[in-house]
Amino acid sequence: MAASSLKSEQRKFIVLFLTPALATILVFTTIPALTTLSYAFFKWDGFVRGGFAGFENFKRLFSFPFRGQFLLALQHNILVFVAVMILQTSIGILIAYSLFQLKRRQRFFRTVTFLPVIFSLVVVGYMWQVLLDPYYGPINRVITNLGFESLAKPWLGSMSTALPTLVFINLWRWVGFPAIIFLSGLNAINQEFIEAARIDGASEGQIFRKIMFPLLAPSMTIISVLTFIGAFEWFDLPFVIGGSNGNPAGATDTLALMFYRLSFGSVDSNANEIGIGSSLGVLIFVIVGVGAGIGQHLLRKREVDQ
Amino acid sequence: MIAALTSKLFFRAILVINAIMVITPVFFLFNSALRETNSFASNPFSLARHPYWQNFQQVWSDGEFATYLKNSIVVTGGSLIVILVCAIGAGFVLGRYQFKGNALIFGFVLTGMLVPAKLAILPLFLQLKWMNLLDSHIGLILVYTSGALPAAVFIMSGFFRSLPMDLDSAARIDGASESQLLRLILMPLVRPGLAIVAIYSAIPIWNDFFLPLVFLQSPENKTIMQGLTVFFGQYSSQWGVLFAGLTMAALPLIALYLVLSEQFIKGLTAGAVKG
Repeated sequence: MAASSLKSEQRKFIVLFLTPALATILVFTTIPALTTLSYAFFKWDGFVRGGFAGFENFKRLFSFPFRGQFLLALQHNILVFVAVMILQTSIGILIAYSLFQLKRRQRFFRTVTFLPVIFSLVVVGYMWQVLLDPYYGPINRVITNLGFESLAKPWLGSMSTALPTLVFINLWRWVGFPAIIFLSGLNAINQEFIEAARIDGASEGQIFRKIMFPLLAPSMTIISVLTFIGAFEWFDLPFVIGGSNGNPAGATDTLALMFYRLSFGSVDSNANEIGIGSSLGVLIFVIVGVGAGIGQHLLRKREVDQ
Repeated sequence: MIAALTSKLFFRAILVINAIMVITPVFFLFNSALRETNSFASNPFSLARHPYWQNFQQVWSDGEFATYLKNSIVVTGGSLIVILVCAIGAGFVLGRYQFKGNALIFGFVLTGMLVPAKLAILPLFLQLKWMNLLDSHIGLILVYTSGALPAAVFIMSGFFRSLPMDLDSAARIDGASESQLLRLILMPLVRPGLAIVAIYSAIPIWNDFFLPLVFLQSPENKTIMQGLTVFFGQYSSQWGVLFAGLTMAALPLIALYLVLSEQFIKGLTAGAVKG
């Protein structure tokens, strides 16, 4: 008797508690995600859907004038991924190892390291834009005052330095994240391994290379996959600083910016190309999904059990 | 011995340099917010010994800053409440009840984590338009909720599952109803999970500007980060006011972070750290 009334109360709870969550996810995530795939296969006139288009949108994405934009943006995404991977991973591990070595005041340095991660990219972008202002910005002031006037460049305004500068700003904002992940990876390593190696006379450098680094593999997997996803969906920072056209002259254009322009129109033209935009969206989704999937599979294999 | 000391010094130096790199721009931001714009041209570095509070006054009165700030509080707060309520309910049911379809529903929730919101933005835009939820805070709150819920449910169900089942049987034997069991016995025990979910969801929502950029058009609806882009265009030559605006947008989170840094770090790295 008691058991059955309990059951009905539980059944009520199951329905009552799951429905809002499931309905929200279904309506605002699942359905849009599935329809976005279909959008790429239809003709579009503004925001009005026309007939079935087959692979026409994909063909147009790969022909003039979109092909050039696409290849340039893709190239930028790849460059950014490689640069961020090398810089953020190496600096992140260096900071993590330094924090790991610290006995006192670890909390202070950890808090400082992670601080920029909580910043909005809008604030970060504008802050650095002013810091890097070619004439009045403090950074060029310092460079000039030190006597390197030729190096006081319009960092964000010139074709050759804009993208590397964006990568630097991204690094400033994000490196605390991999650092903290690697630190928790280091903390998870069984101290007995390290003690044993020390007794056997291994140097600190050998201990790091032969024991700690291989055991950091799980952290490395997570950071690599997150960096890959982040690099191929890179939007906020380039948009805040270079606008939707990836200024100067497309030097900071990315696939996500191009997707945004095609979907909602750019600064100079309000015309949008939903079909082509969606086909680009599908491509980004495939790149991110397949890349992250393969990466995770390959990297997992290198992980060793403790 | 000497080698050990140099390596110790080296790693200490890394941390100090890193701290300087982080703190200098932030300090410059705050310091500049308290200086007159005219004084920048002569020296961008001098300390604001006589704070020029008028910058903040101007931000508050001129820009629609107060509105932006209020909107951000409404959107972030609203989303957070819905996310927490849904995640507690769904986490409880999925973490504690064994019923047919539990694993299937859990799997469905997890698929939500695979979809990057940015790529589903076009159908979402048209769908919100059709539902009359474009340019509305409710529409934005629903989209944020849907984006954050999969991870939130995942985290909460993990916390609920980790509690001993004996708690439930003991409470039921003592005559507690299911809602009493949840409210009085389990809820206090999953509080650390709630903190993680709250931070994990609220920070990206407060900081986001992409969804407001696409979904909100009227000036009176804009959120703070989106409003900053308007503001930055308006005051591009008035650095003092500009920095005051950036400071006001960033300060609430920084203050919270300095008090709750451990929870922030745990919350924002949740999902990336095993165990």
